[in-house]
Amino acid sequence: MSSVTVNNTAPGPSRARRWLSGFRERETWTAYLFIVPWIFGFLVFTLGPMIYSAYYSFTNYGVQQIAGISPTKTVGFDNYKQLYNDHNVRVALRNTFEYGLMMVPTKLIVALLLAVMLMRIGQRLGGVFRTIFYLPHVTPPVAVGVLVLYLFNGPYGIVNKALSHIGINGPFWTTDPNWIKPTIAIMDVWACGGTMVILLAALYGVPRHLYEAAAMDGASKIRQFFNVTLPMISPALFFCFIILTLAALNQFTVAYTSFFNSGSGATNEAALFYAIYLFQQAFKYFNMGFASAMAWVLFAISMLITGINIFATKRFVFYQSDARG
Amino acid sequence: MTTYGGQENAPQFLEAGGNPPVPVVRRSWRPQPRVNWIEKGVFLLLLLGLSILFVYPFEWLFAAAFKPRGATFDNSFLPHQWVWNFTGPNIAEPAPQKLFNVAPVGHWLWNSIWISTLGAAAVTFSSAMIAFAFAYFRFPLRNLLFGILLGTMMLPGEVTMIPVYLLWNNIGKFTTAHAWLPHIGTGTQYPLWVPNLFGSAFYIFLQRQFFLGIPRDYFEAARIDGDGYWSMFRRIALPLAKPALIVTFIFEVQAKWFDLITPLIYLRDQAAFTVPLGLKLLVDRFNAAGGGQGDYQVIMAGTLLLVVPMILLFALFQKYFIRGISTQGRKG
Repeated sequence: MSSVTVNNTAPGPSRARRWLSGFRERETWTAYLFIVPWIFGFLVFTLGPMIYSAYYSFTNYGVQQIAGISPTKTVGFDNYKQLYNDHNVRVALRNTFEYGLMMVPTKLIVALLLAVMLMRIGQRLGGVFRTIFYLPHVTPPVAVGVLVLYLFNGPYGIVNKALSHIGINGPFWTTDPNWIKPTIAIMDVWACGGTMVILLAALYGVPRHLYEAAAMDGASKIRQFFNVTLPMISPALFFCFIILTLAALNQFTVAYTSFFNSGSGATNEAALFYAIYLFQQAFKYFNMGFASAMAWVLFAISMLITGINIFATKRFVFYQSDARG
Repeated sequence: MTTYGGQENAPQFLEAGGNPPVPVVRRSWRPQPRVNWIEKGVFLLLLLGLSILFVYPFEWLFAAAFKPRGATFDNSFLPHQWVWNFTGPNIAEPAPQKLFNVAPVGHWLWNSIWISTLGAAAVTFSSAMIAFAFAYFRFPLRNLLFGILLGTMMLPGEVTMIPVYLLWNNIGKFTTAHAWLPHIGTGTQYPLWVPNLFGSAFYIFLQRQFFLGIPRDYFEAARIDGDGYWSMFRRIALPLAKPALIVTFIFEVQAKWFDLITPLIYLRDQAAFTVPLGLKLLVDRFNAAGGGQGDYQVIMAGTLLLVVPMILLFALFQKYFIRGISTQGRKG
């Protein structure tokens, strides 16, 4: 950042000089004292690990290297090549994408519908229902994993019992490989309260006069929703979309609780999400080099998806330039 | 017209039926918007139905936690026979097991409580300090550093997870080699809360927004009164930012209470476990599908123990949960 040019003989100090003299101010070093914990934490827990992780991804770093038995060797792009050919990586990626494609749109739509209904029903009743719908969001994911196992139990679970009352023969949710990901996605939709509250806040932020103007022009309720509400809350929708997508890519806890046994080592290919496979590679087999490569691929995928979303939705997301109302 | 309440700065209602450019009539009595009762009724019924779906898992869990062994899956609304599955005399296997006898559950609960509280207190205070510096002071490199801070929010945890583990591993080797040092490293609980001492990007961002809302005059006035920077922070910034601090605190308590992967990576000794990791252990051990013994009542009691504190926290701080999460949408 600092290009120090001292050959400036014009009256008054140069920009660089003035910028440097900022460091002598009392305010400056006080400020640095205030943020020094963050700088330390950033170097030790973020930047340093990032550099190491990138380095490890090009080495054979594993259990022998941790124990100091054999030296660390750089292996070029071998980890990335192996990753490309690894059967389980493909399975994990496909599982993760399938799950994301099911969970993100459903959760977003359900949260939006709930938020719209809560707003239409008025503040007092809306507040009561908001509390009810938010409750699943404060349920720990390990507990959600337990509920997945028992509510959706094939022969005994209450879901299938309820379905049989209306004449549907429910699938074996937690053992049929085709139904495992939808089951987790259903429980995610159940916990849509956080998204709903964000969207509700956005809905309340839509200025009322826009609806009045639309009504005067003869727009129906449906039309108002699509031409006024949706554009006005598009930034919040977009934000939730990105957050949910990243959450889907990082799905770990619920699936791990329900379908993986740390004791017996039982695994379940239909529930093998990318983050779970990464965790197994790193902390079960201690293939640190390979797992680091997996982590960087995950980072690249996250950035790519976020980037595509930003690019693709530029036309649809409407940011107001000034304060609302 | 339906109600679109809650918009404080929305313009006053215009008289219906007037010509488009109607002058705004300021008066204390305003015509109330007509409520569409049919629409409201339909929504109310729908929401009531959905509420049952959303709340029923909690009811099922609560009932199952008090059912005797073998009755977990009878799916009755209330237990036919109420059984206290948490504590009791320790009788060997053929007898139904009690939650607090099968594992050091008391330790887990205490560990989760103190790690959540200490971690949340640490991250609240450190983030507040850092956020105050970014909000109030002007110093070289400020915008660059703040940009880096925002950038770290995009980084998935998996990228730093492995080197941070190896770092703790090395710290552990070092502290065991020097016996006069306390044992810190993998296998201890330090990795669960020590990173909280250095602030967290999301909370720093949230609190900075709050500090920016405090008028600068307050600080100037304090300065004229002879306050130093530290007492400006402590006496003016912190008390005024109390809502943001509470939001940070409860969000971090929740995050720590939810966390499975960090304890899973670092903890080996059962007595050091937190509740989520302990519950995972119980599921592995007692879930019949995973080869367990079928003491489902123990798992249900453990799950209730994990869920109830969060519901209590939410009940106590509902306002802050909602406010905190609503502000998230505005940064996008």
